[in-house]
Parts: sequence; structure tokens; C-alpha cells
Amino acid sequence: MTAIALRPLLVSGSLLVLAAFVPVIADGYWLSIAVTVLMYAALSTSWALFSGPTHYIALSTGAFFGVGGYLVGLGMSDYDQSFWAMAALAPFVATALAALIGWATLRLSGVYFVIFTLGLAEMIRNLISWVQNNFLGSRGLYVLTDLDERHIYWMLLAITAAVFCFGWWLGRSRLGFALRILGNDEEVARHVGINTARTKIVMFMTTGFVAALVGAVVAPRYYYIEPNVVFSPELSFIVVIMALLGGTRRLYGPLLGVIPFTLLWEVISVSFPNATTMVLGLTFLLIVYGIPNGITGLLSGLAAWRRA
Amino acid sequence: MDILISGLLLGGTYALIAMGLTLQYGVARIMNLANGEVLVMGALASFLVYTSLAVSPLVTVLVIAPLAFALSWLVYRVLLLPLVRRAKNQGQLEVDSILATFGMGFFLVGVMVFIYPELFAYSYLAVPVDLAGTTVAANRLVAFAGAVVIGLALYVWLNRSRAGMAVRAVAVSPLAAGLVGINVERISALAFAIGGMITAMGGVLISTFITLDPSFGVIFTMKALIIVIMGGVGDIRGAIVAALILGIVETAVATLIDPGLTLAAAYTIFLLVLLFRPEGLFGRRPA
Repeated sequence: MTAIALRPLLVSGSLLVLAAFVPVIADGYWLSIAVTVLMYAALSTSWALFSGPTHYIALSTGAFFGVGGYLVGLGMSDYDQSFWAMAALAPFVATALAALIGWATLRLSGVYFVIFTLGLAEMIRNLISWVQNNFLGSRGLYVLTDLDERHIYWMLLAITAAVFCFGWWLGRSRLGFALRILGNDEEVARHVGINTARTKIVMFMTTGFVAALVGAVVAPRYYYIEPNVVFSPELSFIVVIMALLGGTRRLYGPLLGVIPFTLLWEVISVSFPNATTMVLGLTFLLIVYGIPNGITGLLSGLAAWRRA
Repeated sequence: MDILISGLLLGGTYALIAMGLTLQYGVARIMNLANGEVLVMGALASFLVYTSLAVSPLVTVLVIAPLAFALSWLVYRVLLLPLVRRAKNQGQLEVDSILATFGMGFFLVGVMVFIYPELFAYSYLAVPVDLAGTTVAANRLVAFAGAVVIGLALYVWLNRSRAGMAVRAVAVSPLAAGLVGINVERISALAFAIGGMITAMGGVLISTFITLDPSFGVIFTMKALIIVIMGGVGDIRGAIVAALILGIVETAVATLIDPGLTLAAAYTIFLLVLLFRPEGLFGRRPA
């Protein structure tokens, strides 16, 4: 391995070690922000791995996240399963769901996919509420574990690290190569013999897997779960905003969007709770009109300009 | 019979929303995800005018229509045209327009929350009318009649006027339309503005019998999108037929099974269309 390849590895390795010590120094408030940052880091990065190269805007993060959280709640409350068993099961259910959705929508043009994922969380929430109201008796589910915020933090850190490793591997693998060709021109990709539908579906399944896993791990934070809590449509949009704000062309791009946006969101939802949707809207507009390639695109543009 | 009539009445109002969107997406090539918000804006304006000045929504609609037309035209000219010019291909424009209109949608919700953060509804023409043995509220009938009038006017305009012909030409192929001397940018702006106008009028009509909230827009956007895809993009007839089908199916599911399952029913139809006829009921398969 050359020195050039070694450097980012060393940097990210030491960042990971540093991040692991955050719960030791951070107190309740800042630790909870750090947990939120990591949650979004894992979600946004895995979202960008699929949507970045393919330009298919998936708005299903909230749906898979909800499936993860809800399954943990259901398993623990109604079937006496352990948190660990449910957290292990949930991502596979979400992956199967993603395969089904991907199969129905990803073979067609991008718009179908966006529309279908747009209301997915809402539909699943409706279905679950309906089943619960009619067959299970309407009530919420309790997630009582002896995990505290530090444990959730460490688990999320491990997931985020795994997502980054996956992304790193993807950048060097045949699948990643196929994905980049597909992103540049789907027609060309088909002609050189790439199974475009399968590539897209596989990548979409991985985002579903990660989102459900994160949802499952974060579930103990809520203590009490009902469909309206975990299936928040807002989450899908926030994840998209963060990834696009940071930029999807580099693996660490979404992270650069996650940190400032989480802090901004925190300030706004505390001080001006009525203005959150407007901020979301303005950020979307800012990205489209001002920084189409995100912060990383801005930085690399700046670097190129200084060199010139 | 009850189901059929209520379903048709509901479908008629859906058709209004979907006609607006199909003009915007089929002709101007803008996937307008703020469509539902425009509808709720129309409804909110009608509500505010009715409660403060006691003006009938049927009068309000005449004021809202040109206003929505002008505003939509401005939005296209100022915000969306740069995206159209910047886009290197259709895919790029799709992504940009989706993100931009999401932004606008959220912004509009923010504005409406600022103006009126709660549920709003008012009572207008809520008198029962007997229709072929089924009792329906007069306001629903009025909304349906409004939808029929607007739909007919649009159909005649598209098929009988020169501008309408240009609109149809752009819907088929912007490139070819440009080659025969049609000002594609102007026609696109026109189609987008008319789409916004029809949607806002739909909002005014719907507000007479549905309780709304500033954040309800996305549900209407989704339904409009499902209808547009189901009917075939850019096809007014398709939008109307698909809207009626959706209205009837939703009403049937709500009355026969459970009101909680209407969204699932809409999704099921959507999925079936995607699987068996992705080009829509009236759409042509791409060659």
C-alpha cells in the first residue's frame, strides 16, 4: 500500500478513535447531540452511496427507519423478544421490503421511484395503525432496555464506521464501478452489459438495511413507540438535505452536511419551532441554486481556483 | 350506487389537481412537488376571505385564478427557467426540479403556518341534495360542476385554439416544436401558469367541504402524481379518467372496508399500474 492510500486511512482511523471517546467527555446535552449527529451520519452516508451516483432521490429513509424502530418495539413489547434479536432481525425485513419496492419502481424512470418513496412512510404508518386499531388493540409499545445514551452512541459509531468501510470498498469494487457508469449514463451502462436494474436494487437494499438498523438501535431512546413517532416523513427529507448539503461525490461529503445542519436544526427547533419547515425549504432552494455540488464541491472548486 | 356517485364526485375534484400537474409535468417538464401546497394555498385564501369578508368561494375563485396564474408564471420565469436552461439532459432537470419544488413546497407550508397554523374549515352550501336516490352535500356537487366546467374549457382550449395546439406540440416534443417555430419557453411558462391556476381553483372548490391544515399539501401532491402517472403523462383525458377511478376506488375502500386504508388502496393501484402498464392508461409506449 502506498503512502497516498495510507494517509486517509490513518486520518479516518484516528478520527474514529477520537470519536469513541466523546461519551467520556461530553455531558447529557452534548452527548445527545452527538448521538443525533451519528444517526444522521450513518443515514446520510448510506443514502448518498445509492442516490449520489444514480441521481435517484430516495425518500424512503423514514419508512425503513420506522420499520426498524417499530419492529424492535413490537418484538419487545408483544412477543418478549430481546432487543438484540429484534435489532438483528429488523434490517433484514427492511431489506426485503426495499427489494420489493426497488423491483417495482427502479426498473422504470426516476420519477416513479421518487413518487413511490415520497409517501411510503406515510402508507406504512397508516397500514400499521390500521392493523393495530383493528386486531392488536390500539396502544403504543415499550422499549425498555438497560442501554443508555453512551451505548447507543457506540453502536451508532460502529454502524457509521461500517458504512464508511462499505463505501470505501464500493469505490474499488466492480459494483461501485458499475454504479458510476450507470450514474453517468444509464443507456451506456446497459450497452456495456451492466444489469442496471439489479445494480440499483442491490444498492437500494443496502440503504434500507442501514436505515432499519439505525432505527432499531435508536429505538431505546424513545422508550415508548407508536407508529406516529417512528414513521416521521420529515426524517427522509432531513437525510436528503444533509447529504446534498455536504455533497455526494465524496464519501465524507454527507458528514460535512450532517454536522452543521444538525446544530442548525437543534437551534431552530428549540427557538423557532414553527419555522422548521421553512428552513427545510430554504435549504433545498439554497442547494439547488447556490451549491449544487454541496460543500465538498464548493471546497474542491475553491482549491482548483487557488491553484490556477 | 352510493359509492359510485360519491366516488365520482370525489374523483372530479381529484381531476382538477391532476390536470394542473399533468400540464406542468407533461408540457413544461417540471415535476412540481409543490402542487399540493398551491392547492392548500388556494383553499386557505378562500377560507380567510369567507370568514373575514363573507365572500362566497365561487366569487373568490374568480380572483384566485388570475392571481395564481400570474404567480405561477413568475415562479416559472424566475426560478424554474434557469434550471431548464442549466440542465444538460432531462434527468438533470428532473432531479433539480424535484429538489427546487420541494424547497418551494416547504417554504409555502412555512408561510401558511405563519398565517394560520391550525386546521381550517368553513361551512358553505352544506345542504343535502338528493341525487338519484343518494344524498350528497350541495358543496360537493358545486365542486364537481366546477371541475367539469374547468376540464371542458381546458379541453376545448387545447384542441381548438392555436396556443392549445402549440401546448400539445411541446408536450409531444419540445425539440420538434422549437424547430417549427414555436417559442418553447413561452409555451412552457404558459402551461405551467395554467397548471398552477387550475390547481389553486381546485383548492378553492375543495375547501368548501374538506377540513385542511397547512401541511396537507403533500397528500394531494401524491394523489395528483399517482393520477398523472396512471393516466399517462401529459394526457388530459387520461388524468380525468384516472382521477375518477381513484375517486371511486377510494370511496369503495373507505365505505366497504375501512377509511384507514384509502392511502393503501391508492398505493395498490399505483403499484399495479407500474407493474402492468407503466406508460399509463392512455400513454404510448416509448418507441
